[in-house]
Amino acid sequence: MAVLVIAEQGAGSLKPATLNAVTAAAKLGDVHVLVAGAGIGAAVEAAKAIAGVSKVLSADSADYAHGLAEALTPLVVSVAKGYDAVVASATTFGKNLLPRVAALLDVQQISEVVAIENADTFVRPIYAGNALATVKSADTIKVMTVRATAFDAAPAIGGSASVEAVAVIAGSGKSAFVGQELSKSERPELTAARIVISGGRGMQNGENFQLLEAVADKLGAAVGASRAAVDAGFVPNDYQVGQTGKIVAPDLYIAVGISGAIQHLAGMKDSKVIVAINKDEEAPIFQIADYGLVADLFKAVPELKEELDRSA
Amino acid sequence: MKLLVAVKRVIDYNVKVRVKADQTGVDLANVKMSMNPFDEIAVEEAVRLKEAGIATEVVVVSLGVLQSQETLRTALAMGADRAILVQTDAELQPLAVAKLLKAVVDKEAPQLVILGKQAIDDDSNQTGQMLAALLDWPQATFASKVVVAGSEATVTREIDGGLETLAVSLPAIITTDLRLNEPRYASLPNIMKAKKKPLDVIDPASLGVDIAPRLTTLKVTEPPKRQGGVKVASVADLVAKLRTEAKVI
Repeated sequence: MAVLVIAEQGAGSLKPATLNAVTAAAKLGDVHVLVAGAGIGAAVEAAKAIAGVSKVLSADSADYAHGLAEALTPLVVSVAKGYDAVVASATTFGKNLLPRVAALLDVQQISEVVAIENADTFVRPIYAGNALATVKSADTIKVMTVRATAFDAAPAIGGSASVEAVAVIAGSGKSAFVGQELSKSERPELTAARIVISGGRGMQNGENFQLLEAVADKLGAAVGASRAAVDAGFVPNDYQVGQTGKIVAPDLYIAVGISGAIQHLAGMKDSKVIVAINKDEEAPIFQIADYGLVADLFKAVPELKEELDRSA
Repeated sequence: MKLLVAVKRVIDYNVKVRVKADQTGVDLANVKMSMNPFDEIAVEEAVRLKEAGIATEVVVVSLGVLQSQETLRTALAMGADRAILVQTDAELQPLAVAKLLKAVVDKEAPQLVILGKQAIDDDSNQTGQMLAALLDWPQATFASKVVVAGSEATVTREIDGGLETLAVSLPAIITTDLRLNEPRYASLPNIMKAKKKPLDVIDPASLGVDIAPRLTTLKVTEPPKRQGGVKVASVADLVAKLRTEAKVI
């Protein structure tokens, strides 16, 4: 059985979530990786080196520069027809592209797979992670997005895949890239960070997130937020951890001033160690936290920074 | 310009979902149902486009059981002009929904279709993209800002790590993300008015598409429960435990 992984790349490199998709795909069969973009030399080299990848298909074209779904879909559909399964990571790139591909293949996609039982049976969360559905697909080609935090990253080195250029197929041209505004940060990306510190409505305003940033810089952590904090306008939406935001599973998750709404827990409950700092001892977050500190965050967080300074 | 908005009736987002003991699904008996929150944002955006004089008519469509009429009435009370229910008790998966919506779009010929990015029951996040594919229209998913001018929509999208702006030629598909707008509450007079607005019910068989499910749900289970841990007395205590017990810093 051969499985096609749709790599995500940009700015000359392969996005890390591709490695998790490779691990998921390897459970289904022989892994080939499709790298499509403009000026993708480095990304193709990176894909070749992933352990467990036997072939890399490269499609280099200015048409694919911004990873637009309309541009990539005809290519992916054409390549996918030779495979038993198509896998992409459930990033905004994968979520945008893959259903468009699945519809043209006349396949019912399986979204956000967290476990693969066998070649046609998969587990996926529903109702914001409050239930897990085990589903069996009757389609000939299985098309799925996989949740990166549910699969380990494949080793980025050790592989020696062959490379094959595939013919470029033009897209519809009905959409055009206008611009991009990426949050600039020296800190690691939320979904890739080993430690995440997140703030909720208890932070009271956006400026107070500086308290969390100071601790994050000390720990090499990423900064996140609950949906309540995003809805209140404290921080941009790309900070959001939760079912409607990002799903994270770091070694350490520190929830500050977060009550623990179901929707937030769905985004972080698979973290290895959870710390909660909240002044309300009844807050539901304490029911899942390994270490709970009932305290005023405006005292506790600066203290935490000092404590880390002192003992470092 | 005519706009079409798709809405879904789902368990209210405030309801605690319970998995049934026989593992066949979640308990829907006597549970409050509401419009999917992302679809409320879609209705709001469409109504604002009408209020801004860009759209001339807002048609809302839902697919599912008879009670979905209530969801459509809510959309009408928010300001939509007319509603269509494709009524069925059958299980509809996103591909089938996209095919049915395509048939409705073929009849209604809207210039823009706005949908929620995902429904909070099955969390698939597929229907808008699939509909765009079947129609061969461009798509602007996870929208946080929409500007329609002439034959084009400029849409800012929520992507990992920030925002992206696309220009799509009309007709097009837009799916909504959280920050696009804050949906209004329908006023009582508008709720009364909505009762008199037209609501057509159609049989999916009349649309001539295959809606058979492709996925069989073998079981629905509760996720493993995480056990709560200990309360620590101080920040110093916390740091010590993280260092020596959990060994994560």
